[in-house]
Amino acid sequence: MSDTIEVDGKQYGVDEEGYLANLNDWVPGIATVMAAQDNIELTDEHWDIINFLREYYEEYQIAPAVRVLTKAVGKKLGKDKGNSKYLYSLFPYGPAKQACRFAGLPKPTGCV
Amino acid sequence: MAKATFEVPELSQYLDVPPVTPQTMAHSKPFVAKPEFQAPLGFPGELMDDWQEKALDKMGELLGRYRSLRVYLDSCVKCGSCTDKCHYYLGTKDPKNMPVGRQDLMRKVYRRYFTLAGKLFPKLVGAEDFTKEVLDDWYSYYHQCSQCRRCSVFCPYGIDTAEISMAAREIMDSIGVGQKYCNEIISKVYTIGNNLGLPGPALRDTLEGLEEDVLDDTGVAVRYPIDEVGAEILLVTPSADFFAEPHVDGLIGYGKVFHEAGVSWTLSSHASEAANFGMFIGSYENMRRVAQRIREAAIQLKVKRIVFGECGHAWRVAYSFLNTLAGPWDFLDPRYPVPQHICEFTYDLIQEGKLTFDKGENDDKVLTYHDSCNVARASRMGNTPGGQFEIPRAIIRATCNHFYDMDEDTIRDRTFCCGGGGGLLTDDLMELRVKGAKPRVEALNNVMLEKGVTHMAAICAICKSQFTKVLPYYGMEMDQIVSLHQLVSNAIVLTPTLDDEDDEEEAEEAA
Repeated sequence: MSDTIEVDGKQYGVDEEGYLANLNDWVPGIATVMAAQDNIELTDEHWDIINFLREYYEEYQIAPAVRVLTKAVGKKLGKDKGNSKYLYSLFPYGPAKQACRFAGLPKPTGCV
Repeated sequence: MAKATFEVPELSQYLDVPPVTPQTMAHSKPFVAKPEFQAPLGFPGELMDDWQEKALDKMGELLGRYRSLRVYLDSCVKCGSCTDKCHYYLGTKDPKNMPVGRQDLMRKVYRRYFTLAGKLFPKLVGAEDFTKEVLDDWYSYYHQCSQCRRCSVFCPYGIDTAEISMAAREIMDSIGVGQKYCNEIISKVYTIGNNLGLPGPALRDTLEGLEEDVLDDTGVAVRYPIDEVGAEILLVTPSADFFAEPHVDGLIGYGKVFHEAGVSWTLSSHASEAANFGMFIGSYENMRRVAQRIREAAIQLKVKRIVFGECGHAWRVAYSFLNTLAGPWDFLDPRYPVPQHICEFTYDLIQEGKLTFDKGENDDKVLTYHDSCNVARASRMGNTPGGQFEIPRAIIRATCNHFYDMDEDTIRDRTFCCGGGGGLLTDDLMELRVKGAKPRVEALNNVMLEKGVTHMAAICAICKSQFTKVLPYYGMEMDQIVSLHQLVSNAIVLTPTLDDEDDEEEAEEAA
């Protein structure tokens, strides 16, 4: 993983695991480029999650717990989508880690 | 699931001891901690210029401080008993992952600088200079030991490789070579209070959500309180219990048990972490600092008892060291053990006939149980030897109709590590984690084929996260791993509180 990624001709610093170095640098194009690195094309469903993560982070300074996220998704998109299976279908490497990276948030640490 | 960039081992029906294949994992090493994660722990930011001298000083200090370390380094007779006992050797074939091979990385340096024969005739006694190449080997292979202590069960001298790997990490930290995963996490405990970095408001939001969910599911108002001064019990649980699945289902279960017990309890935003990664890096000072937070919270919240949630190494630290690290606990109620494990708490209530279960609620599952290494080999539960094996199984039998153990050679004190313990549960070690899980997954696969087992319960946050991640590499489902108290949560019959009954009456009147 290089230490910067290029988005619309601009370089953005990332850490050794590919997470954005500076939270405030984030622009939507970063999510698109990071997703492309993981062979994912972002759809509206992905953006719903990414936007929710960013809003939650802004309020609580941490990504939402998986259950908080699935509940919010369930309320918005219907109960059949309010589960981690749905989130993993969008973000195969896990909603906490992969979606946080696309959203420019730091990687959740600990026993997760 | 993510595609593997390495070869996933094939599962077999019997334990297969692979032929030795040197250097298969020489490339494996975790990210090094940046200076910002070293400083809060009291370690130098990067490799020091005079690192060799400093490392040997530290080794001398540890040899004096821990008599056991010197005995372990002196007493190996190369009998070979440990060679096929490590899950990382069985999964990777790399001889430096044989416990004796791992020990020898330190033993050769010890002999060179701390024994007469090694000082005079190094080549004759396998002594070697502490070169940068040796240090690099240390960093790689002492981060391929999950400190599970399975090898020590089979060693006729009881040599504990975990203690050697902890000492090695302590020496490396002291010269500025720390591991990012562990040291970043310990820094977060100091600044925020838990491994995940969940601040108080996020904890409260999450717990309120759980109260809503349980009320929706059961019609009973079960509380998940935090920072409530004067509660009887302080629950200290891994922060993954707030954040991840299936961990949170266990936390929901603890709350239901406390509800039925009729005791007041609280979590703490100051001690919102049971885990103590200070142990993984062998740092007594950091282990003590992390443990002190529990004492501070217990005093501040004026609790009478401390109960630990499902976390493997936390229970080792709590059961074996808590009094030394953060005692004396003379302000707690002496009628109860300090600390108590949530499994002991639930088991006692079952024995007293105070919990009612509808086992049919778990009939969609056939269970097996994974003994977590630090609970199995480094602690106990209850009043009888082997309680740490029997109590969790008794809880499963009380809450589920279908339970089968895995092969005897892979459970209880001979249990195989999940492959992610000891500070290795990080994405940069995924190859090691997948390969190291092989012996456990193999035993699981066999009971799936022979007994129709569908799910495996565990009482450790690391085990749960590790299996969630690695089972799919072996063609299994991530949700086959469950929390023990998730089974309790599913089956427990809740008693409505007065408020619930009022609500029901109002609802009936309204109808």
